[in-house]
Amino acid sequence: MGLTLAEKILSQKAGREVRAGELVVVEVDQVMVVDSIAGSFFKRLEYLGATPRYPERVSIVIDHVAPAANLEVAKAQKEIREWGRKHGIRVFDVGRGVCHQVLIEEGLAQPGWIVVGSDSHSTTYGAVGAFGTGMGATDIALAAASGRTWLRVPESVKVTFRGRLPRGVTAKDAALEMVRLLTAEGATYMAVEIHLADGAESLGRGERMTLANLTVEAGAKAGLVVPSGEILDLYQVPGWLYPDPDARYVREVEVDLSTLTPRVSVPFYVDNVAEVSAVRGKRVDQVFIGTCTNGRLEDLRAAAEVLRGRKVAPGVRLLVIPASSQVLEEAARDGTLLTLLEAGATLGTPGCGPCMGRHMGVLAPGEVCVSTSNRNFRGRMGAPDAEIYLASPRVAAASAVAGYIATPEDLAPSQEEAHA
Amino acid sequence: MPRVWKFGDQINTDDILPGKYAPFMVGEDRFHTFAFAHLRPEFAQEVKPGDILVFGRNAGLGSSREYAPEALRKLGIRAVIAKSYARIFFRNLVNLGIIPFESEEVVDALEDGDQVELDLETGVLLRGGERFALRPPPPFLLEALKEGSLLDYYKKHGRFPGE
Repeated sequence: MGLTLAEKILSQKAGREVRAGELVVVEVDQVMVVDSIAGSFFKRLEYLGATPRYPERVSIVIDHVAPAANLEVAKAQKEIREWGRKHGIRVFDVGRGVCHQVLIEEGLAQPGWIVVGSDSHSTTYGAVGAFGTGMGATDIALAAASGRTWLRVPESVKVTFRGRLPRGVTAKDAALEMVRLLTAEGATYMAVEIHLADGAESLGRGERMTLANLTVEAGAKAGLVVPSGEILDLYQVPGWLYPDPDARYVREVEVDLSTLTPRVSVPFYVDNVAEVSAVRGKRVDQVFIGTCTNGRLEDLRAAAEVLRGRKVAPGVRLLVIPASSQVLEEAARDGTLLTLLEAGATLGTPGCGPCMGRHMGVLAPGEVCVSTSNRNFRGRMGAPDAEIYLASPRVAAASAVAGYIATPEDLAPSQEEAHA
Repeated sequence: MPRVWKFGDQINTDDILPGKYAPFMVGEDRFHTFAFAHLRPEFAQEVKPGDILVFGRNAGLGSSREYAPEALRKLGIRAVIAKSYARIFFRNLVNLGIIPFESEEVVDALEDGDQVELDLETGVLLRGGERFALRPPPPFLLEALKEGSLLDYYKKHGRFPGE
């Protein structure tokens, strides 16, 4: 019987063939620490009397509340900078961007690597064929101290996306459809192994990141996209980094991209996924375009395409937060940013923004937000009764213009379109 | 006598500790006072050390924030019983020395406010004259828990359990 992609990577790292269910202790290629748990991370290392075994394999990213929103955060972030200098650890400071986007841009996640991050969306690294997984402060501190971590080799669920997305339908819609099919616990303790076929190989790195990012919302330990297409051009992909044809899966799911329609995730559960038509007309107070899920250049461009020649509806706030400084620069250079600003968007510092309800767009009681992020849990972005609808950048932008949940097709023609 | 605090299915770590009350937002000394601030605002005031938390399916899904179970630990929680766990939460519980028991039947049988006694080593749970048997955690975890937490184990042995 063959091996899944997760079994392949963990076997390579363990130096022997390992199968789902076994416990392994493996070397870690990169340990990613975010600002919000850095204090706990330092405390645990101090308790162990340890420092990072391989300093070059540790990165700290100041992104979860960047720039600092209050004195406590300011003190915590000051400690990060001092600790980084003292121990020779890389620190990506305020404005560099969301941890997962930054690590990908910096080449700190590579095909076949194991990357552990103190953020649940570390599954995102699976986009490039890295076994990325989220852990808590203790596991992360132990990984930094020892250079290793313990893992139970996961079973795998195979998700195959076939065909090409219709115009106006995006990787986010595909990702939400995947979470709907798997449910919030359908891949718990498992790897989601994503196969792209019959045209879907054309999905780029950013779109693969969106898919891998959302696998954790089905409970996944890792979300591994089988390398193909653009990934083969961008990275040196080891010859062994593919699943065997006779690998064993707990479950196999197929998604036909060519028949997919825009999706939204309805509060308060990510797997509560509906077609946009089911909630069309829902009044909106705030629209947030950004995060590790959908804050990349192609996402801002998709939003700009909808917003060109249009204005955000009166009474609606449109927050745009690029996922990284690189995205921000590129969006400034190609004019995307100006289009967004002319439509009435307001711009935030690259980072996580209001995704966790800490700053830069906290929701008041009763408010409704359309967000391109990945969680719509109760109270996630502020008041416990505020509602978060997760959607693609296109649907988010259209909803900002309409003032209610809508797709671009629901909007009246823009001035440019009317004159065309 | 310890009491049962019973919650439903799909309780996420934002429910257990909302992001805005993270220790680095409000301080290490008081973040635990916001446990279940949205879902059950009276919890942090009324919970007593040794009380038992009971969850339904997929307990602790969502964010990897270890400070969510850490808030529970600070409030004196040593054991949780759930129908099933999200994986990061499960690891975090073990790492902090909170025992994650798993049982559909016991969760269904227990009611919020029940007075119970739980033997953390044997998994024997008593409610009045009734006796329930919870399966003790697997050897790998038990080994770590014997030292207090995985951190304590590594500190003492310089390796992971079973390595």
